[in-house]
Amino acid sequence: MKTFGGPVLFLDRADINTDEIIPAKYLTEITKQDLKPYILEDLKLDGFDPKSEKTRKARVVVSRENFGCGSSREHAPWVFEVNDITAVVAESFARIFRQNMFNCGMAAIELSRSQMDVIFSYANNNDVTMSIDIQAQSLTISAKDRHDTFNFELSPFDKALVLAGGWVDYADTKY
Amino acid sequence: MGKTIAEKIFAAHLLDEPFSGTRVLKLDVVLCHEITTPIAIDDLIERKKDRVFDPAKIKAVIDHVTPAKDSKTATQGKILRDWAHRHGIKDFFDIGANGVCHALFPEKGFIRPGNTVIMGDSHTCTHGAFGAFAAGVGTTDLEVGILKGVCAFREPKTIRFNINGQFPKGVYAKDLILAIIGKIGVNGATDRVIEFCGSTVDSLTMESRMTLCNMAVEAGGTSGICMPDITTVEYLWPFIASEFASKEAALAEYRKWSSDDDAVYDQVIEIDATALVPVSTFGYKPDQVKPAAEFNDTKVDQIYLGSCTNGRLEDLRIAAGILKGKKLAENVRGILSPATPKIYRDAMKEGLIDIFLDAGFCVTNSTCGACLGMSNGVLADGEVCASTTNRNFNGRMGKGGTVHLMSPATAAATAIEGKIADPRKYL
Ligand code: SF4
Repeated sequence: MKTFGGPVLFLDRADINTDEIIPAKYLTEITKQDLKPYILEDLKLDGFDPKSEKTRKARVVVSRENFGCGSSREHAPWVFEVNDITAVVAESFARIFRQNMFNCGMAAIELSRSQMDVIFSYANNNDVTMSIDIQAQSLTISAKDRHDTFNFELSPFDKALVLAGGWVDYADTKY
Repeated sequence: MGKTIAEKIFAAHLLDEPFSGTRVLKLDVVLCHEITTPIAIDDLIERKKDRVFDPAKIKAVIDHVTPAKDSKTATQGKILRDWAHRHGIKDFFDIGANGVCHALFPEKGFIRPGNTVIMGDSHTCTHGAFGAFAAGVGTTDLEVGILKGVCAFREPKTIRFNINGQFPKGVYAKDLILAIIGKIGVNGATDRVIEFCGSTVDSLTMESRMTLCNMAVEAGGTSGICMPDITTVEYLWPFIASEFASKEAALAEYRKWSSDDDAVYDQVIEIDATALVPVSTFGYKPDQVKPAAEFNDTKVDQIYLGSCTNGRLEDLRIAAGILKGKKLAENVRGILSPATPKIYRDAMKEGLIDIFLDAGFCVTNSTCGACLGMSNGVLADGEVCASTTNRNFNGRMGKGGTVHLMSPATAAATAIEGKIADPRKYL
């Protein structure tokens, strides 16, 4: 199983699509590592800098509704993975992106809008980190003087994929 | 309690239910292209599992960047080509025979009513036009599909659209699907199948039904789906004639794949087709839609006709009908990519290609190319494109470029005026 949690990157916008996470022109790369410098290169978000220290240090991404819509490219989870981001927490996900995350043994965690509002209330704090416990299905966001803990739902299948580290071996032994 | 078509297809293909709510289905068709498949192939090799579940059920094409534009894209093509040859995949379409996947595979008769279909491509939902459950997946799901012929899905819930009445002049399937996405939003159908029903859909050609189903994913839908009928049978007849005694027999068989009258829906939405108008998108999301007539002096630099949404013969006929004897507006570039070589050839025989050339269009080979900003018409920073494709995302056709999605008719009218234009005055 992968490890989850660490510094948080706030992407406060709905409908962030996979073209923004990794533009199509980089889909010609043959290895996942080659994608690394291009993370979130085309993201349309005021004040966001894909090359910033904040982006580089992030281990968890938080966002709003319908995260990962658009193209089916698994390069989107991969570009997170090679940048050591193993979890995305959002109000909702597009189906293919969500499945791609679990298929890679990564976590796509959904919280309600009001819970996400609490998460985003940390956006202006310094050194915000999140710890995530997949087994217990709970996460804690913390800054210097505050913290909040939320439980989340995971389908039993998605949880099994995260614990198993992905879908390929699971399927090949079973079917 | 009745069942929806998606529920029937799921029941007929169910292999396992490892956890409640998760269905592992057997797959009838696994489609592959050179952008998402090579990494799956490399991973299978690394895991020492370089096998395929059934070479006859795998179809592959090089379509996104073809001819190769550089060493990297040449390598992607080579990995797919070598793999297809190594595993005896006969339905592999290489340069000279290749076209945009979701136009080419239906044209070959590969997709049948009741089929389960996956591809490492979000617009796989297009194939639901044949009464199939067809879903886009990522590379890992594709890899398992190639290896084992299975894929896991959540239980299907369905949104049904009852669309009735005749399209007014200048309105096409593209206007309808854009209106639907505008209505329910870019995540209005997440984890849902979208059923397109009603007299309007019954009267549509297979090409138009593919246009509808193609953009189901732009509302978050898993698959679009139309009920198989005589139009479906007529389209497939050259491929199925040996399997059935008559078209009636084929229809009777395929009708099994229809939703029951008492099927249970997540939502049922009525659409009056007679009230629709030609539309275009604005902004960077496909649900930002408004009437073409309401664009005030929105100048464009490029017109793009093509793609899996609207690059078929019917689309070329509609655009050529408007462009005949006319020229591209000054300072506007026109690019046409007929979606398959057959469409290209048929368009040539009908004299359509001459019309586009006379109007000043560049006619390219059949490829995805500019649709995803890879080749053959990428935009420069700040440029605007009127396009018959399906995505207007930021940077989609080139960094800093803007894309307006519209029907071939609206794109043709826009080509003539150099700014987004209502096509009705040219009809
Ligand atoms: S034409 Fe565009 S949308 Fe269709 S498969 Fe090709 S890249 Fe994707």
